[in-house]
Amino acid sequence: MNDFSTWDILRNLLMAARWTVLLSLVSFVGGSLVGLALLFARIGKGRLGPAFAKTYIELFQGTPLLMQLFLAFFGLGLFGIDVPAWLAAGLALILWTAAFLAEIWRGCVESVAKGQWEASSSLGMGYLQQMRWVILPQALRVAVPPTVGFSVQVVKGTALTSIIGFVELSKAGTMVTNATFEPFTVYGFVALIYFCLCWPLSKSSQILERKLNVAHRNH
Amino acid sequence: MSLIEITEVKKRFGDNEVLKGINIDVEPGEVIAIIGKSGSGKSTLLRCINGLETIDEGSISVAGAQLLPDELHLKALRLKVGMIFQGFNLFPHLTAGRNVMLSQMVVRKTPKAEAEAMAKKMLERVGLGHKFDAYPDQLSGGQQQRVAIARALAMQPIALLCDEITSALDPELVNEVLAVVKELASEGMTLLMVTHEMRFARDVCSRVVFMHQGRVHEIGPPGEVFANPKTPELKQFLGVVH
Repeated sequence: MNDFSTWDILRNLLMAARWTVLLSLVSFVGGSLVGLALLFARIGKGRLGPAFAKTYIELFQGTPLLMQLFLAFFGLGLFGIDVPAWLAAGLALILWTAAFLAEIWRGCVESVAKGQWEASSSLGMGYLQQMRWVILPQALRVAVPPTVGFSVQVVKGTALTSIIGFVELSKAGTMVTNATFEPFTVYGFVALIYFCLCWPLSKSSQILERKLNVAHRNH
Repeated sequence: MSLIEITEVKKRFGDNEVLKGINIDVEPGEVIAIIGKSGSGKSTLLRCINGLETIDEGSISVAGAQLLPDELHLKALRLKVGMIFQGFNLFPHLTAGRNVMLSQMVVRKTPKAEAEAMAKKMLERVGLGHKFDAYPDQLSGGQQQRVAIARALAMQPIALLCDEITSALDPELVNEVLAVVKELASEGMTLLMVTHEMRFARDVCSRVVFMHQGRVHEIGPPGEVFANPKTPELKQFLGVVH
């Protein structure tokens, strides 16, 4: 009755895991770019920029990712736009990632001592020069561990896109289960693959944290 | 014409008027010590001259140029007036040499080789030529402050503002920094310094400004101000009992 070997199950899951990896990468890279723009808007001097960025961040942090996926998938459909699952998944995850990264990075920029702004001002640097040469290089050191740490959340967040029909690791797990009737084996493998993706990330976040601290021991 | 003209400057933080109409004219080459209790507005005054605080009334001009709060005017002003801080504020991610090179290259667009030569020269000048490649956290407080001085000097300012530059230092490190300042003074650099080093003020400064409750309470040559304080507030501040 059951024609699936364990290897068949694993092979199918691994094929689908490629999409999880790809979606994670796209979300993270896209989210970083949008997040960077949000960061500059958030800490900028104008009135509109910070207000917009703040509202955006609160909106995306204050609603479940699942709702954001639904809205991207079904919401645009209401306007007669046919949104494929991959597009809705990518878009929602990019926007969601951007909100969290912008907020993480804002904290990092604000952790740079006020005296650094004053010293660089007094040397005649303009805002962008201060950012580029003095503030961001210091904020970056602080930002690396939490940013890498957050990438784990992105990987796990991709699992939700299975609900709108994007075939990644979780969705593939459900499909394989329906064919094999071996949920424990299948979801066991699914969990294991997620773990293999996430664990190195959390571990490297810890290592980076220790490393960057050593380089910066007196600050 | 005076180098720095401070006229009727007022500054408020909310309801609290910190500067209540300050008038000081500084001639080229003068070394001025600003003394007074904490909260008397001395640091605020210095920060106003460098545009780190905006003023509410009055005017400040440096070498004939008015202090205006837009980025272009501020930048022009800051190229003329350097500032040194109590907390050093070196850039911790750069070596001492790079600290001195950065603003030359970024603000003045000086080529790297030239900026490096200037950085070496300035670090030599404060006695730290051998620390070019050291990071700030590998230097003592006194050395860090001397790098900060070199960094300000590399921009070739016509005046330096020193905001309690020895207050964060261990006592044994104070002198190495003061020696550098003294040398600058003898070379004719115009200096405005907020300080608690009364002996230094007496020995090196051409004039002493005593600030009290946001006003210039007494001003004059150190011999006069220290030996013969006129107001009870200054007497009390100097600990003179009559």
